[in-house]
Amino acid sequence: MNEERFHRRALVADVLAGADDRLLVVAGLGQSAWDVTAAGDRPLNLPLWGAMGGTLALGLGLALARPERRVLVITGDGDMLMGLGSLATVAVQRPRNLAILVLDNERFGETGNQATHTAPVQAPQEERGAGTDLALMARGAGIADSDTVRGPKGTARLRQDLLQGEGPVFRVAKVLVERLPLVLPPRDGAHLKERFRLALLGEP
Amino acid sequence: MQDANQPDWPSDVFEVLRAQRVRQVCYLPDAGHARLISLCHACTEMRPIVLTTEEEGVAVLLGGWLGGDRGVLLMQSSGVGNCVNMLGLARTMRYPLLMLVTMRGDFGESNPWQLPMGQAAGTVLQAMGSIVFSAERPAEVGQVVEAAAGMAFSGNQAVAVLLRQRLIGAKRFEAAR
Repeated sequence: MNEERFHRRALVADVLAGADDRLLVVAGLGQSAWDVTAAGDRPLNLPLWGAMGGTLALGLGLALARPERRVLVITGDGDMLMGLGSLATVAVQRPRNLAILVLDNERFGETGNQATHTAPVQAPQEERGAGTDLALMARGAGIADSDTVRGPKGTARLRQDLLQGEGPVFRVAKVLVERLPLVLPPRDGAHLKERFRLALLGEP
Repeated sequence: MQDANQPDWPSDVFEVLRAQRVRQVCYLPDAGHARLISLCHACTEMRPIVLTTEEEGVAVLLGGWLGGDRGVLLMQSSGVGNCVNMLGLARTMRYPLLMLVTMRGDFGESNPWQLPMGQAAGTVLQAMGSIVFSAERPAEVGQVVEAAAGMAFSGNQAVAVLLRQRLIGAKRFEAAR
């Protein structure tokens, strides 16, 4: 199965390659934030260092405020599991400009790689999950265009869906468990907010 | 329940929100907020956003603010408990977070299950860095919400208004006989 999994850094770099001012990126805490930063720190990225479970809701507020821009939420399975209700909240609002990419490594990556619920049922005790299917949960919540993608052959199509598909678009990419160098964005939240608003709105 | 001699405080709140150019109205319903929620749904300048849990609203409103939208979070006092960790976002990111909290577990509450969170709501909000105001008389509600909104939007600050149970009226539970 591992050969069908994405390398998360390469996938995120491919999705964000050539990103311009029309793309607003919200990244969940931990590895997703480091992946997005590794692809190139930019003012129109909002990488989170906390607020676990709130990433998608944040992306929703942004997408509703700026319907003329594309909003891409990139986060992990642990963060998505903590905010499952926000899938239904997104489904009610149906923002056409919102796409969600969940990088699912089936692990709580920042705390010692403990298995999450998306890990397979057939596994040794400590690595056992429920095989929770986040794309199916998203579809059940009312986001019709939801799917799980295995790669790396699907990268081009995935990029197209995330950047151009009619939202809300929800994709789960199964990724490898990897030990990667930390590429850290600025830590100060107020600074991240102000540089984002300056770039987008021209005022802090 | 509308008394002709009493000010229509939900309408007063609505007018303040409209004057403040509030667009995103995040809510989990409460009986005390029902009329305000209806008014917001009927207003084309507002975007009502029903939540599954109140903490979503704290994050939605940060996203809204990043995109230039003002917002408000309507919830019941029990929802304050659901928000605790996410309220750290308001302190870290420093954005306007206006919260209107209808109180349960307050004056005359007849459901004891509401008492713990109702009694803790103000303390919890303050502990997470929110300014907390309280409104108890119908005539003062609009004025208090206006002050709170002004402080939130001009100060990038979390500000909550507790709409006390004495204002809303305690919910009655009478068993069928």
